[in-house]
Amino acid sequence: MNAAHIDGDNADVVIIGSGHAGVQVAISLREEGYAGGIVVVGDELAEPYNRPSLSKEHLAATDSSEPQPLTPKGQLASLGVRVLLGVAVESLDLDGHSVTLSSGEQLAWGELVLATGASHRVLPLDGAELSNAFYLRTLAHADALRAALADAKRVVVVGAGFIALEFAAVARARDLEVTVIAPDRALARAVSAPLSEYVERVHRELGSELLLDRGVEGFEHDGTRVTAVVDSTGVRHEADLVVIGIGAIPRTDLAQNAGLEVSDGILVGPDLRTSHPHVWAVGDCARMRIAGAHGEEGTSVRLESVQNAVGQAQHAAAIIAGSERGDYADVPWFWSHQGPLRLQMAGLAYQADEFVIPGDVDSGKFSVFCFRQGELVAVESVNKPADHMAARVALRDRGGDIHPDTVREPGFTLKGWLAEHPA
Amino acid sequence: MSNITYHYADGTEKTVEVADGVSVMRAALSEGVPGIIGECGGQAMCATCHVLVRPEYLDALPPVSEDEDEMLDCTAVPRDDERSRLGCQIHVGAELPHIDVDVPERQR
Repeated sequence: MNAAHIDGDNADVVIIGSGHAGVQVAISLREEGYAGGIVVVGDELAEPYNRPSLSKEHLAATDSSEPQPLTPKGQLASLGVRVLLGVAVESLDLDGHSVTLSSGEQLAWGELVLATGASHRVLPLDGAELSNAFYLRTLAHADALRAALADAKRVVVVGAGFIALEFAAVARARDLEVTVIAPDRALARAVSAPLSEYVERVHRELGSELLLDRGVEGFEHDGTRVTAVVDSTGVRHEADLVVIGIGAIPRTDLAQNAGLEVSDGILVGPDLRTSHPHVWAVGDCARMRIAGAHGEEGTSVRLESVQNAVGQAQHAAAIIAGSERGDYADVPWFWSHQGPLRLQMAGLAYQADEFVIPGDVDSGKFSVFCFRQGELVAVESVNKPADHMAARVALRDRGGDIHPDTVREPGFTLKGWLAEHPA
Repeated sequence: MSNITYHYADGTEKTVEVADGVSVMRAALSEGVPGIIGECGGQAMCATCHVLVRPEYLDALPPVSEDEDEMLDCTAVPRDDERSRLGCQIHVGAELPHIDVDVPERQR
């Protein structure tokens, strides 16, 4: 890298977003030998931090510990990356190749990467904005919630997705009373029904009350604090703390206002390029078109996970730096940690029509093998990391060779099968 | 306070001083030590904080849990049966006031 080529004021690449995706683009550009200027613009004031731990270790800590840094302190500066924090982007000028910042500054770019992430879905009910009702998406959210947990006794969780249930587990570990209210099974959007059932059972055993057949009708409050949550069956649940975890919305406003194609995410091709040839989108904010398999029509997918953010960032950075790359096609994987549940998912279970669980669910260590038309499409592991790691290989290379009957063989393990059946 | 020394393949090393109770993974990120990612936040679920512990410290470490053991089978640089650990599972402190680890060349 030739430092003389780095000129932050006339950056060649401007990256909007200082989360996992945005920071990874900057690091990967340098790893790929890119020597031009790089600017990362983030609207959060905090140094880039590890986001998954906000709803786990960081929230569970009983001291005022700092968040886990996303990269070794000083790494971005040493790579010659200019990082502007606490700065919003006001607008994108695609024809003029510039962005305007909230500070009034304009940045020119040759390539623009949108890594704007997603923001929490807002519950449109009177009271949801009060001081003891919390969302959990950013470090500021997590710190506020952590401080409030110290005095809480009776918690209502709205939603039953990953954030909601990770929080519920942290709250139960502190012996708070926890009620979870949601209109569908646990983790419904992300995992198979058999896994949902097990996750629900474990949370109930931990002592949470799960009401998964209803929504929230409204909040009772005194003008400053929510005092109770009324569910859609009319039952009232007293609460001194409410956490709302009902999903995330991709941050697409800048892209949309600039005229880029947007549809629940900034639309990109399999090379992560948007409808503008020099504008890219990666991570939670990006909806990627994928070609159809087996003669099916193509579709698109938007994923919210660290692995997807990092993988897409690496891929886009490599192309920007001049490497030849095909389509982005990494096997998606993600994880969650909820009390005794260490969940690791590879592939996308929502595509599946058949589920096989070899082994004993009651052991607390098992995997759900998910098939679509007889082919393996996802593996969901509970406290079974060896299955998960094998699944990431199997789904990449061998999904079509593994069928429900394969998994039903006595003594089947995925790692063993891969060893005995080299490609 | 405790010390951790990170060694690299090119012969360089970096020693940091951190509060007792801090993990080898977290210390690297907080103190600007390269080569450790810690993607999962310290739950032994990603194997991106792989380190090779110098032999003289092995006896002072807590045993490898079943989860850590399975993740160590999946490190980017293949596991060393004796010395490989996940940095998030090693905490310095009174029992382990100093440790030397080698940082592998890749984490993913």
